Amino acid sequence: MSTEAPELDFTPIRSREESQKISRPSLSYWQDAWLRLKANRRALVSLYIVISLLLFTLVGPLLWRSDPAFQDLDQISLSPGSDRQAVIVADYVPWDGAGGEQGSGLRVVDVATTQAVKLKWDPLPGALGHRIYRNRVPIGPELALGIPLADYVDAGTLTHEDRLDLHPRDYYYSVVALDERGTPQRGSFQSITVRVQRVITAQDAQAQGLIPAGEEVQLDDTVRLAAHPLGTDYLGRDMLARLMAGARVSLFIGIGAPTIFVLFGVAFGSIAGFIGGRVDQLMMRFADFVVALPFLLFMILFKVAFGIGPGESGVLPMLIALVVLMWPATARLVRGQIVQIRQQGYIEASQLLGASRPYLIMRHMLPNTLGVVLVTLTFEIPRAIFTEAFLSFIGMGVAPPTPSWGSMSNEGIKNMLTTPHELILPAILISITVLAFNLLGDGLRDALDARLRNTE
Amino acid sequence: MRWYVAKRILQGLVTVWFIATATFFAMHSVPGDPLLNDRAMSPEIRANLEAKYGLDQPLARQYLVYMGNLLRGDLGISFVHENQSVNDIIRERFPVSAILGILAIIIAAVGGVLWGALTALYRNRLPDYIIMFLVILGISVPSFVVAALSQLTLVTLNQAVGVSLLPVAGWGTVWHMLVPALVLGLSTMAYLTRLMRSSMLEIAHSDYVRTAKSKGLPPARIFTRHQLRNAILPVITVLGPQVAIITTGGFVVEMVFAIPGLGRFFVEAVQQLDYTVIMGTTVFYGAFLVFMVIVVDLLYGFIDPRISLQ
Repeated sequence: MSTEAPELDFTPIRSREESQKISRPSLSYWQDAWLRLKANRRALVSLYIVISLLLFTLVGPLLWRSDPAFQDLDQISLSPGSDRQAVIVADYVPWDGAGGEQGSGLRVVDVATTQAVKLKWDPLPGALGHRIYRNRVPIGPELALGIPLADYVDAGTLTHEDRLDLHPRDYYYSVVALDERGTPQRGSFQSITVRVQRVITAQDAQAQGLIPAGEEVQLDDTVRLAAHPLGTDYLGRDMLARLMAGARVSLFIGIGAPTIFVLFGVAFGSIAGFIGGRVDQLMMRFADFVVALPFLLFMILFKVAFGIGPGESGVLPMLIALVVLMWPATARLVRGQIVQIRQQGYIEASQLLGASRPYLIMRHMLPNTLGVVLVTLTFEIPRAIFTEAFLSFIGMGVAPPTPSWGSMSNEGIKNMLTTPHELILPAILISITVLAFNLLGDGLRDALDARLRNTE
Repeated sequence: MRWYVAKRILQGLVTVWFIATATFFAMHSVPGDPLLNDRAMSPEIRANLEAKYGLDQPLARQYLVYMGNLLRGDLGISFVHENQSVNDIIRERFPVSAILGILAIIIAAVGGVLWGALTALYRNRLPDYIIMFLVILGISVPSFVVAALSQLTLVTLNQAVGVSLLPVAGWGTVWHMLVPALVLGLSTMAYLTRLMRSSMLEIAHSDYVRTAKSKGLPPARIFTRHQLRNAILPVITVLGPQVAIITTGGFVVEMVFAIPGLGRFFVEAVQQLDYTVIMGTTVFYGAFLVFMVIVVDLLYGFIDPRISLQ
């Protein structure tokens, strides 16, 4: 270019038409919004997360066919990725106290299994009886021996068979001498560490379908117990299946309720805004009252008032309560938009051309509020999910055994110290869902509404 | 001004009346008989109770009795806890919740303003990114999860050190209040940080900041005198509604940290279906929240003289 006209910085345009041609295709509002959203990486990632959550909820149960209510009693409070080997043993028979050599103190007879731990000991010096303790942590200098399992007030009984809620882990057993009053003599005790092996009887293994049909099993064979990829909860229920079932409840409430009340708010707000005058004032005053109600208190009150009958899940009352209390924000917003749009020139022009009222609302007003409504919807979803989780957490949400992420967190918090995964897994899912919807809402707002765009 | 205050208070009273009425009718639509407890009740006691609450009378009459009692400040007697009136329960337990809430609000407000100012100062640099990431976490993680996890951390920490650095649960000393108040204020703090940041950035582009710059004021002085002071205004506006969030958030935090406040009592009452306590506490909390919003609105007029209270 510079060779053609070296004396000029800018070359004059030859043809006038070319400069007036629009080089880019004209974009509709939604095409433009989509382009903007695609350029926003955070929003796009959030969109993918939302889609995968929906897949997890809808397709997940088809891929992982495990009953969320089934209790696997052999594997209770199992953390994710635990070993699930079990040895086949014979059916349980009460122990007659046989076996075990004399004179080696507190000892385990046979192999300690989840079926039974057989303990035998020699009389402690000066003991008129013995008490057996079991602890889950090593016995330290403060001599915390754990839970007392049994008292034997005659000095002659020197065996104990423990069958109390045994898990495959280390246990720390102690035997303490009792005096004539039956009080333990702290100074006179013996302790051992026992590693308990996971076992299952052949009958149980067959009943649970762990052994392929027609295959013979020998004692001491190992089988793999039912798989629980994310572990089990305190009742032995599969966490993954429960998280999926919980997602269905949480997302159904979290997406269903906002959709219904946003639609209601749009109808309410557009009618109020379009009619205007007295009716508008009256309708908005009513909305103001509902807004003034303390939200969570009334959610609780409504839940109490609805009551949950036996066998009901309580999902529907929660949905209704959410809709009743949350619609006014959308109604106010839409009304404001409609009032603003009503004064625009194109409405007047349309009216002059003879457009009817329903046509004006449906064709001109509502489509112009759609962007704002969509943004509101995305921001109301995390609020609804939060509310459901909060209510379920304080025991006012869905009724057990129906799982929701909130009620699962509530159950998980009780065993937080020993098996934190029961709390952490649903908590992570709630957080990710809320985070994704919040970021998606931010992105949608930036893409759809120029006026609300973030000043960043 | 005086008119405005009177009008707001009147509006507030009407709202409280609405809350009380809604509470009354919601509780009356509860299926079942609240007097049918698991303990057998002799007909005489039942008659006494019915007379006390006017349950043998038509609904309209019961409503009048209830409203009359409310006007006299009588919230009724607990169904579950013997010999305890709802007033006594509130008097005994609300101070605990109030202290916790005030502490949480202070932590949230101070933290929010500080972090927000910091992010604006370091805009689009590492401290900004780190703080904004934490803010998003604070908004997205439910309070009960934060409460439980911080308790878990505290237990692990205490075990690791071998001495009790901070109490894990309970109430009594300042040390007991520290972690619960922080947890309670966290989501509000995150929200305020975000608000403060955008408000600071908006003000950075305003005319008076440009004027101050062109006058040659040192940047530190512009920052503290002009930007910070003006940016705090929107933070104060949202403090009123945030009181409601802190109060209800207190339910969970008090539950997890075993704090004997009104929030935990309310949750227990809900679980035990202690009708009078639920009604009384709802009306009390409702009135309290309405009142707080009015107070903050009025305060706002004093702090920002440009807002004329009309």
